[in-house]
Amino acid sequence: MAETRRRGPHGPGGHGSPRGGYQKPKNMGKTVGTLLGYVGKSRWLLAVVAVCLVLNTVCSVGGSYLLRPLIDECIVPGDYARLARMLVLMACVYLCAALFSYTYSRIMVHVSQKTTHAIRQDLFARMQGLPLSYFDTHTHGELMSRYTNDIETITEILNNGLVSLCSGVLTFVGVVAVMLYLSPLLFLVTVFSLGLMLLVIMTVGKRSRRYFMAQQRDLGIINGYIEEMVEGQKVIKVFNHEQAAKEGFAQRNEAYRQSATNAQSFAGAMMPAMGNISHINYALTCCMGALLSIAIGLDLGALLVYLQYTRQVSQPIGQMSQQVNNLLAAIAGAERVFEVMETTPEVDEGKVTLVHTSRAADGSITEAAGRSDGWAWKKPDGSLVPLRGDVRFQDVQFGYVPGKAILHGISLYAKPGQKIAFVGSTGAGKTTITNLINRFYEIDSGLITYDGIDVREISKESLRRSLGIVLQDTHLFTGTIADNIRYGKLDATDEEVRSAARLANADTFIRHLPDGYDTWITDDGGSLSQGERQLLAIARAAVADPPVLILDEATSSIDTRTEKLIERGMDQLMADRTVFVIAHRLSTVRNAKAIMVLEQGEIIERGDHDDLLSQGGKYYQLYTGQAELS
Amino acid sequence: MIKKLWPYTAGYRKWILLGVLCSASEAVFELLLPLVMADIVGTGIPAGDVNYILTRGLLMVAMALLSMSLGIGAAFLSSRAGQGFGANLRRAQYDHVQEFSFRNIEKFSTASLVTRLTNDCNMMQMTLMMGMRLLVRAPVMLVSALVLAVSISLKLSRVFLVALPLLLVLIALIIRHVSPMFSTFQERTDGVNLVVQENLSAIRVVKSFVREDYEEEKFKKRNDALRGTAERAFGFVVMNMPIMMLITYGTIIAVMWYGAPLVQAGELDVALLSTFFTYITQVLMSLMMVSMIMMMLTRSVACGKRIIEVLDEVPDIADAHGSRCVVSDGSVDFDHVSFKYNEGSGAWNLQDIDLHIKSGMTVGVIGGTGSAKSTLVQLIPRLYEAQEGTVRVGGRPVKDYTMEQLRSAVSMVLQKNTLFSGTIRENLLWGDANASDAEIQAACEAACAWEFIQRMPEGLDTDLGQGGVNVSGGQKQRLCIARAILRKPRVLILDDSTSAVDTATDAKIRAAFRAQLPDTTKIIIAQRIISVMDADLIVVMDDGRIADMGTHGDLMRNSEIYRDVYQSQQEGADING
Repeated sequence: MAETRRRGPHGPGGHGSPRGGYQKPKNMGKTVGTLLGYVGKSRWLLAVVAVCLVLNTVCSVGGSYLLRPLIDECIVPGDYARLARMLVLMACVYLCAALFSYTYSRIMVHVSQKTTHAIRQDLFARMQGLPLSYFDTHTHGELMSRYTNDIETITEILNNGLVSLCSGVLTFVGVVAVMLYLSPLLFLVTVFSLGLMLLVIMTVGKRSRRYFMAQQRDLGIINGYIEEMVEGQKVIKVFNHEQAAKEGFAQRNEAYRQSATNAQSFAGAMMPAMGNISHINYALTCCMGALLSIAIGLDLGALLVYLQYTRQVSQPIGQMSQQVNNLLAAIAGAERVFEVMETTPEVDEGKVTLVHTSRAADGSITEAAGRSDGWAWKKPDGSLVPLRGDVRFQDVQFGYVPGKAILHGISLYAKPGQKIAFVGSTGAGKTTITNLINRFYEIDSGLITYDGIDVREISKESLRRSLGIVLQDTHLFTGTIADNIRYGKLDATDEEVRSAARLANADTFIRHLPDGYDTWITDDGGSLSQGERQLLAIARAAVADPPVLILDEATSSIDTRTEKLIERGMDQLMADRTVFVIAHRLSTVRNAKAIMVLEQGEIIERGDHDDLLSQGGKYYQLYTGQAELS
Repeated sequence: MIKKLWPYTAGYRKWILLGVLCSASEAVFELLLPLVMADIVGTGIPAGDVNYILTRGLLMVAMALLSMSLGIGAAFLSSRAGQGFGANLRRAQYDHVQEFSFRNIEKFSTASLVTRLTNDCNMMQMTLMMGMRLLVRAPVMLVSALVLAVSISLKLSRVFLVALPLLLVLIALIIRHVSPMFSTFQERTDGVNLVVQENLSAIRVVKSFVREDYEEEKFKKRNDALRGTAERAFGFVVMNMPIMMLITYGTIIAVMWYGAPLVQAGELDVALLSTFFTYITQVLMSLMMVSMIMMMLTRSVACGKRIIEVLDEVPDIADAHGSRCVVSDGSVDFDHVSFKYNEGSGAWNLQDIDLHIKSGMTVGVIGGTGSAKSTLVQLIPRLYEAQEGTVRVGGRPVKDYTMEQLRSAVSMVLQKNTLFSGTIRENLLWGDANASDAEIQAACEAACAWEFIQRMPEGLDTDLGQGGVNVSGGQKQRLCIARAILRKPRVLILDDSTSAVDTATDAKIRAAFRAQLPDTTKIIIAQRIISVMDADLIVVMDDGRIADMGTHGDLMRNSEIYRDVYQSQQEGADING
């Protein structure tokens, strides 16, 4: 999979490069098949389009042919009555041509929008099901360009390209037929110039393709440089590095200018070259026609009509070569879109589901219809296992990349209602462990159980609903503050939202915002400070009210004073829950029941704060600042 | 706008002029061809003059060849001019951005600056290129075809009096109707992309809250809206072609009806009549083309405006004239300094800061999120300009130095620091381009970076990848510190630059500072009190003001905030007493 390659600094702009018109699709047949599946949903409309296309071609080619009898039989002899009849006929023919043309274009707009709408929706839906490992190996830019560039090329080809390609072919065939009928001798001249055009397309095309590749490469380089430098602009300023940055830019800018000038020159030369070959053709045909007219008495009408056709016949050729390129680009784009859609989604074969329960007087539990206090796992056989939050790892091995294990034989046991903390340096595998509990990734060997049930037997939806998580990086969505908190529980009432915010100590700053809870957030909450965003993330988890909570460096961006303020809320949030805490600051994990010290994917020490200190091991060293935590 | 952008065509103007001439004459030659044809058919055939036909035919071929060379010439010249203009514009923008102060950069945001430098510039060069060809060609075609048509028959040309206004009105109606639809279309497209973008960056949130269906529903709403607008907008656009066809053919039919009597009367021959049809098509086609170009131009105008915004932005910090002095020592003074990011806002971000730091001191800055610690130190290398009061370095106001002098003496490690693609060595040399290997090693050792650099497969020549992706957060911070030390600054500022470095290494780095940089003033912003505990002076910031100041001992006695922070971090950790 070439797609997994991340975009390097000097990469040619990756697959997402705009106007990637020269990438050939890899598996054309299959892609076209899938694409036809989408377009095929409108097959009856497409049949109408086909009929309209043929009729339109007949009308417009035929309409031009009417010029011959008009000239020869009406205008030259001066037969006005016939002229009037013929003109009415001609008007009708052209009116039909216009109507057919409008009909098929309008239908194609509908078909193309319907198709891309469906592809877009499916792509998004399939993307939701992809495993996290997929998002780790593909940049956002790369996936975004599936929506922006690739689907765009498909729309374009459906909107315009396909019909103009077909109508080009039809017109070409029709015109050639009429030309042959009008004068086979003159057609020899036409054949000669058409051959010449093909030759130009091939030679110029080949050269221009090479230049285009160079242009794309240099464009990738200059764009990458601009991105990197502008992002590091503040560092450039601090180091007085402006001059060097300017020089580096000037050099790449000049390289791009040169290759782009070459590429555009050749691409641009194509149009006038083709146009004027057609003019030469026109000139030669005119000469030949005149001679033929003198020699064998070719009628004037035929010659003039033939000349009109000469102008028409070369148009589709230039157009077709362009459209074929567009078509290939669209297929290549579709292929990339389908590739994402065909990626194996997350495995989810679990049958055990999470249900609300209510407790009867005798202590037995039954499934409840609405929301209630209790939760239980419902096994496929209908039996209920109360949810307690008992999570165990048994000899778990895991690596993000096959053959590169991150966790080696991890075993751990979280008793219900306990606070379990993980400490260790970056890359020791702390976050990895929590990623495995909610099954963001599949373990390589070993077993993870949740209330005695193998997590693989629990449906993913239920599993994740039972786990609340506050991530290291907070992400907010465009919408109001309340919307963002409500993300944890879509049907939360305003009061629930507020109390969650109060719990996370976010209420105060929210009420200071211009519109309070209705303040509109854009740009991932760019107007809020890192700490405020983190508070919202905590509120979001609080409103979800999950039985088990995972806090992945949830307070890393909050200064210790503010942290102290929210501590009470956090304690309230953590009460009676199994909580997994990952923290860099040892002060935040001190009151955990069990602290696991991780190093290179192994638990090297465990115990509570006092145990660990008395052990005088790594934890002690970390705590007293004698060891490195990087 | 043209007036603003025209200067950037410098060096390419003669190509523009030549290209425009080429384009225009190509169009004229193209239009003359049917006239010669009419000569051949109308004069040559009736006379049966083979010689005449052949010479005229050769003339036509010659004209076509000439027109071809002109056309190809126009293509080459326009791409040369277009790309050159684009390169100039890109460079001018980029160079101008280099002069920007932090405030200027923040005003535009990084992402928007990148778009302006890439997409917008490409759009402008494309516009000039296409403009030189189409924008010149279409009007020339329109006018010359009209002139030629009139020269063939004034009477018949009257059809244009009906056809032209009709087409114009119809096109105008369509454009007026469609253009708001297209801006809605653009908004809706952005809406769809926004959902995808947010979904991608928050994918873990989506998955852990099991909100896949909710997200799909959200996407569907936007997707449906996009489809609706697109169908309406494009549905209108496709009317263009049939309308154009109808008017063209209607005109041709009218010309035949009114032309037949002229042919009978001998005022016009059939060949010229046929030529007239060609001109009708050309005139109407060109008009159509002009309208399409106009639509394209509205997009270019938007891009051009955005570029001009960047070019017009005045860098708000500039060197004063004649400032040539050198920073003599590392003393830093704030004399009642007040500052706010937003000139218009009433609230100060920093208020009445009075702080005096002697050369060689180590100063710690502590304070909560949003207490303006970073803001305070960023005034020292003049990354921002204080509105009130004076900031002095080495006894002189910072405004008296050139930016280069000041910033090479005041070295700062930013909170959000960046390494650039290239090797470790290349990145370190930013500090001092002429540093020897021994100097690099010394700086790295002081920053506790040497040890891990040595473990790297290629040592100093290890490639960092874009944005330093091949090193961990803590290693990155240490490299950034080494880079700053290499400058041999008078004042070294660390803005929370050891947050990802463990306490032990942090302590080692501080020890190295004391030993190796005794004369350098060290200003350290930190979250952890342990990082600043042994400083000569600790400044406690609170809400843009200095709340307390003193040594660790003083503050423990007098500062409530400091004690609070200390206790929250040290509670139960007092194993050493």
